[in-house]
Amino acid sequence: MEHTTTHNNDPLVLGGRALESRLFIGTGKYGSDSLIPRVAEASGAQVITVALRRVDMQAAAGNVMQHIPQHMQLLPNTSGARTAEEAVRIARLARAAGCGDWIKIEVISDSRYLLPDGYETAKATEILARDGFVVLPYMNPDLYVARDLVSAGAAAVMPLGAPIGTNRGLRTQEMIGILIEEIELPVIVDAGIGRPSQACEAMEMGAAACLVNTAIASAGDPVLMASAFGAAVRAGRRAWLAGTGAVLEGQAQASSPLLGFLDS
Amino acid sequence: MMCSHEKMTGSVMSEISADMSVRTAQAGGFYEVVRQLQDVDVQAACMAADGYRVRQALAKDTLSPEDFLALLSPAARPYMESMAHKARDVTVRQFGRTIQLFTPLYLSNWCTNRCVYCSFNACSGIDRMQLDAAGVLREGQAIAATGLRHLLLLTGEAPAKASVDYIRDCVRVLRPLFPSLSIEVYALTEPEYRTLAVAGVDGMTLFQETYNEALYPSLHPAGPKSNYHFRLGAPERACRAGMRNVNIGALLGLDQWQRDAFMTGMHALWLQHRYPGVDIAVSLPRMRPYAGSFQPVCDVDDRALVQILLAMRLFLPRCGITISTRERPAFRDNLIPLGVTRMSAGVSTAVGGHAESEHSSVGQFEISDPRSVDEVVEAVSRAGYQAVFKDWHPLEDSCAV
Repeated sequence: MEHTTTHNNDPLVLGGRALESRLFIGTGKYGSDSLIPRVAEASGAQVITVALRRVDMQAAAGNVMQHIPQHMQLLPNTSGARTAEEAVRIARLARAAGCGDWIKIEVISDSRYLLPDGYETAKATEILARDGFVVLPYMNPDLYVARDLVSAGAAAVMPLGAPIGTNRGLRTQEMIGILIEEIELPVIVDAGIGRPSQACEAMEMGAAACLVNTAIASAGDPVLMASAFGAAVRAGRRAWLAGTGAVLEGQAQASSPLLGFLDS
Repeated sequence: MMCSHEKMTGSVMSEISADMSVRTAQAGGFYEVVRQLQDVDVQAACMAADGYRVRQALAKDTLSPEDFLALLSPAARPYMESMAHKARDVTVRQFGRTIQLFTPLYLSNWCTNRCVYCSFNACSGIDRMQLDAAGVLREGQAIAATGLRHLLLLTGEAPAKASVDYIRDCVRVLRPLFPSLSIEVYALTEPEYRTLAVAGVDGMTLFQETYNEALYPSLHPAGPKSNYHFRLGAPERACRAGMRNVNIGALLGLDQWQRDAFMTGMHALWLQHRYPGVDIAVSLPRMRPYAGSFQPVCDVDDRALVQILLAMRLFLPRCGITISTRERPAFRDNLIPLGVTRMSAGVSTAVGGHAESEHSSVGQFEISDPRSVDEVVEAVSRAGYQAVFKDWHPLEDSCAV
């Protein structure tokens, strides 16, 4: 019988909150916002990110916020920010709008590849952490940037697996592995994950969580795909906790050992 | 052995490749690329592409200018279904199943230009109007009541009437109603664009109309717009001035459409490389009937427009693409999954056309899609997409969320 996340004794603690699910989801790119509650339920996710620039608090017909289940931890993001200063302004606007103290920093000034600016991200992290935000910065998996983010007061680091929106998987796997080895903060793989097996692999490596949006929103059946990602992240985490068996690289064990002479 | 046709294709293509200074042209701006391409017969190169070249282009994730030209060629016609599937998938990954809506607000139809294809032509006998602050507010309120949050402000080119200060004053009136304000006005200087950016304008749209420098004077015989170079440099000046979105295009039909579509894509690519922090977008307007008798040089039929859309999407995967109400409803709806990211809705091209229908002017051109915002939202939804009303939030300290 499969254990469910409610029996999870392995919470991810972020910002003083213990999370049973290690899958974070998004709110963008859906053909209809009405899919969001169903995706949230199917995935089991407890954290959901939303771009403040897309929230229309004055809309008579409502906005994306009304589709986010009440129990979920809101993670506003600074999508659209080109500089640290803009990211800080967006974060403060989010807090003033009642979106809470969690903030995912996205500082992107390259519209062709949407790669994050490490220097500006670290500057924004430092200011917002000092302001009492729970700061989760989106970043290139660069060890030096990660160390800067740790010093700046980040609650976690969020390295990309591949350029955002590409569904190309863990192209930066080696670099993410280094962050997992070296950084004491939770490493949450964000962007690029295209298939549940890739999320599972990230978790098997020791990632603390995965954030998946495009792969779910662009799926033929987003609700079913959300369920698949939820299961994959749980499986990957359990595999990491269990400790995967050693992998035998290269040829099988030689029948004529080279070190046999030591026993003769 | 290479046949003569393949030799010709390879030869012209390599000539384009050698001349392609998109990444390097500096001092002369995009005109340096235009000037270099004047020595190459782009139209001939396009016509010479073959099926092999098209298949090569379709197999790539990152397309070269030569690949783009191949997808615009007659040889690509049998491959359009494959192009459509790839364009749809690329767009959904990059932008999701969403279409951002906006509408134009015409502030003034005074114009000193004599563009031979436009109703606002200084020589046309239409009634001239310019909204005062109260009129701007009435129009803004009427549009805001439909739920739209992205607004495009338009004027003719008559700086003595619709000056930069006048446009800035209109922006101040409208800013509380709309989180995103863009302009589609005459070509400005960099300081003028900066004035409007500081006032709260985040986007700029300007069409070169045609990139054909030799043809341009006959289409724009008088007025400031007759200065090809000043207009060509306007999008770059807007980028430098701090605009977040810059939208370019050619009025398809004024010249051979393959050439103008190709140059539009090259211009967008050049701007993306030079100004990576700016979202570069393209529009694909076709010539429409207007209050005049000019006949376009080239007929851009539906299949041609779709081919341009698909080729543009595959060449520029992260580029916004706008389809306006120049296109009829059923056709627009069919374009939704093919790479479009922005559509206008609830459109009037007349000054005062939103709130003052009894006192509005003649429109700039005839629209083909008169549907209301609600009707367009419904059509977008039927296509399996979501209409997005707000995709930007101004960051001035005074702006409430």
